[in-house]
Amino acid sequence: MATNPERILLAHGGGGRLTNQLIRERIVPKFKNEALSELADSAHLTLASSDICFTTDSYVVKPLFFRGGDIGKLSVCGTVNDLAVAGSRPVALSLSLIIEEGFEFDLLERILQSISDTAQRNHVDIVTGDTKTVEHGSADGIFINTAGIGIRLPNVHPGLDTVEVGDKIILSGTIGDHGMTIISQREGIGFESPLESDCAGLAELTCSLFESVPGIRFMRDPTRGGLAATLNEIVEGSSRSVQIDERAIPIRPAVQAAADMLGFDVLNAANEGKFVAVVSSGAAQECVRVCREHPLGRDATVIGEIVTTRDVPLVELRTKIGGRRVVQMPYGRELPRIC
Amino acid sequence: MLDRIANAQHAIDEACRAIGRQITIMEVCGTHTVSIFRSGIRSVLPDTLKLLSGPGCPVCVTDQGYIDTVMGLADRDDCVIATYGDMIRVPGSDGSLESRASKGNVRVVLSSEDALQLARESPDKTVVFVAVGFETTTPATAVVVRETAAEGIGNFCILSGHKLVIPAMRALLGGMNDRIDGFLCPGHVSVIIGSGAFAEIVRDFRRPCVVAGFEPLQIIEGLAEICQQLAAGKAELKSVYKAVVTEKGNTAAQQIIAECFDPADGYWRGLGKIAKSTLVLKERYARFDAFRRFGLEDKPGKENRGCRCGEVLCGLIDPIQCPLFGTRCTTDRPVGPCMVSSEGTCAAWFKYGRRG
Amino acid sequence: MCLAIPARIVELQADRAIVDAMGNRWRARTTLLPDAKLGDVVLVHAGFAISLVDEEEARKTWELFAEIDNFEKTSNKVSG
Repeated sequence: MATNPERILLAHGGGGRLTNQLIRERIVPKFKNEALSELADSAHLTLASSDICFTTDSYVVKPLFFRGGDIGKLSVCGTVNDLAVAGSRPVALSLSLIIEEGFEFDLLERILQSISDTAQRNHVDIVTGDTKTVEHGSADGIFINTAGIGIRLPNVHPGLDTVEVGDKIILSGTIGDHGMTIISQREGIGFESPLESDCAGLAELTCSLFESVPGIRFMRDPTRGGLAATLNEIVEGSSRSVQIDERAIPIRPAVQAAADMLGFDVLNAANEGKFVAVVSSGAAQECVRVCREHPLGRDATVIGEIVTTRDVPLVELRTKIGGRRVVQMPYGRELPRIC
Repeated sequence: MLDRIANAQHAIDEACRAIGRQITIMEVCGTHTVSIFRSGIRSVLPDTLKLLSGPGCPVCVTDQGYIDTVMGLADRDDCVIATYGDMIRVPGSDGSLESRASKGNVRVVLSSEDALQLARESPDKTVVFVAVGFETTTPATAVVVRETAAEGIGNFCILSGHKLVIPAMRALLGGMNDRIDGFLCPGHVSVIIGSGAFAEIVRDFRRPCVVAGFEPLQIIEGLAEICQQLAAGKAELKSVYKAVVTEKGNTAAQQIIAECFDPADGYWRGLGKIAKSTLVLKERYARFDAFRRFGLEDKPGKENRGCRCGEVLCGLIDPIQCPLFGTRCTTDRPVGPCMVSSEGTCAAWFKYGRRG
Repeated sequence: MCLAIPARIVELQADRAIVDAMGNRWRARTTLLPDAKLGDVVLVHAGFAISLVDEEEARKTWELFAEIDNFEKTSNKVSG
């Protein structure tokens, strides 16, 4: 009988007995589905349509566990959300783990359970995966990659090329929760806080929107770089200008206070359970209404619109006092390793 | 509050109309520069009112020589550099602290206390705290120096880059840029030194000085007060930040600064050598002075080529007048500290202004 | 660099305090404010309380303070 260590050994990634043991005993049992149980080199899937969306994301968040979630939950929600905002219904995920030698099994267990729970809650199957181990010091505990497949919703083709002047910009809820929560729990900065990550899978809500509200031009989830990055991406991709109203942006007071204390801009803070949608002006009200009926969209609101470009396409903020200023794409380092 | 903002805006418009000519108000403090931009105040002021940013960004006015000295210490194997985040990306003659991150001996701290704690945790290294900041921040350094001495900790020292605001204002008005009509005075520096400290600027140079906080209402009411004074031909000292600023300031903080530091002549980027404008640790704390400990000289360095941060800091040019602005010098690839610092004038213009 | 926000002292032992701003709790030293007491609102900068906040004046002129005040009187709600 092979040894049963409490920590990951390099051998667990070696492809031999320990690897098999790890997969069969610890990983597969968490994800009950036909494709995975076969444990073939590739999962065999029969999909309802050949019009699919495919995405991948890697997760390197630090700390691994935070209020409102953990790296496991994040790795499912993040990829689910990328599929969701692209106008598809997520169905299957791959799960790749890169684990540092010495990582505690207990923690791995918690993360795997979290992945399992989150996948179930979001109606996706983990159908294939991979596990590698690396020397101590090479991976900060654990790195995760998930790739995902979603079935395109019929007649749904979101794209920035369809964006027009007059379209409204809708935000599904409060911003900055995830980013500021991570910061509040990072070593060296840590402070006690009621903040919680907003990490959540949005597919149920987005599918409902795409299916019931015509006129949704484009959607994106404002993760790294926050709302500021997403709005700038919209400008870049559509060559249109965006104007948003500072007073309309929902922010929890505790998030704002934490950001003020540290000098961070909430517009640049990551969000893991929110989306930004560009919708035709006629559809805006209905869109907000549908969102607000869903627990993940209760604070949904119109925050701005697409406007005529004056000189160069850019994002302009109408401030609380009625002034104006530009919102730039944030420099990459504002909040290190938050997703 | 929006009503009060509207009233103050109205007062500014009226006063500027009465004055007739272009007026220039300098906001001394970098935090004011950023607040003004972020709240969009610039876009609601009349065209005849020009707002100038001043030398109130402690990172920006830190001379190149000091930056290079920090780099030199970072390159040593026996040192750990503890610094506020603002300094990490400032380019010296040969890279920045950020580019030395892989060496692992540069740590960002949120307080001087955290820096001292690093020293307790790394007894085999000397922790050098990059002590930059104006009077708002100096007391925090002083408290920690005093505690280091009391505890007998041997592996902690500070590289003092602390500066004083009033001498810089005097240097500006005394010659570098006397085309400033009034000053919006730094709210949090005033918390420490007292609003009364600016009385000498009013008395000796006859310029209105108004102490203000950092919210739009504060800033606009402060600007309104200055404009109204100018329209009436007055030059007075006022404060609109009475919630935290008193005339005398924080005497306990002033005392502890005086206990640990002596004013000395020092080099400011852009303003050159200003008498009694920087702080040096007193003889009794000499062993915690990194300059003395490592035998380093505080001498001015050479600016990076083409960098016109100096003129920006004196309010002599706007960032867009620097040929490097937005082209060779951006927030991603800064050439000078005014673009790097979170409170730098160039960074503020770049991040929040239209560049089309 | 002059970032400082108002926060209420919720714990105090000698010159070491815990201050609260909208539920976020930070450590802060009150070394520079020997007269600070439990319950006072102070201005915190770089880990040190540098001034007492005159609450009445602050309520009139400081939006962030008014929001904190409001927040303390109601439960956690969304602004904007």
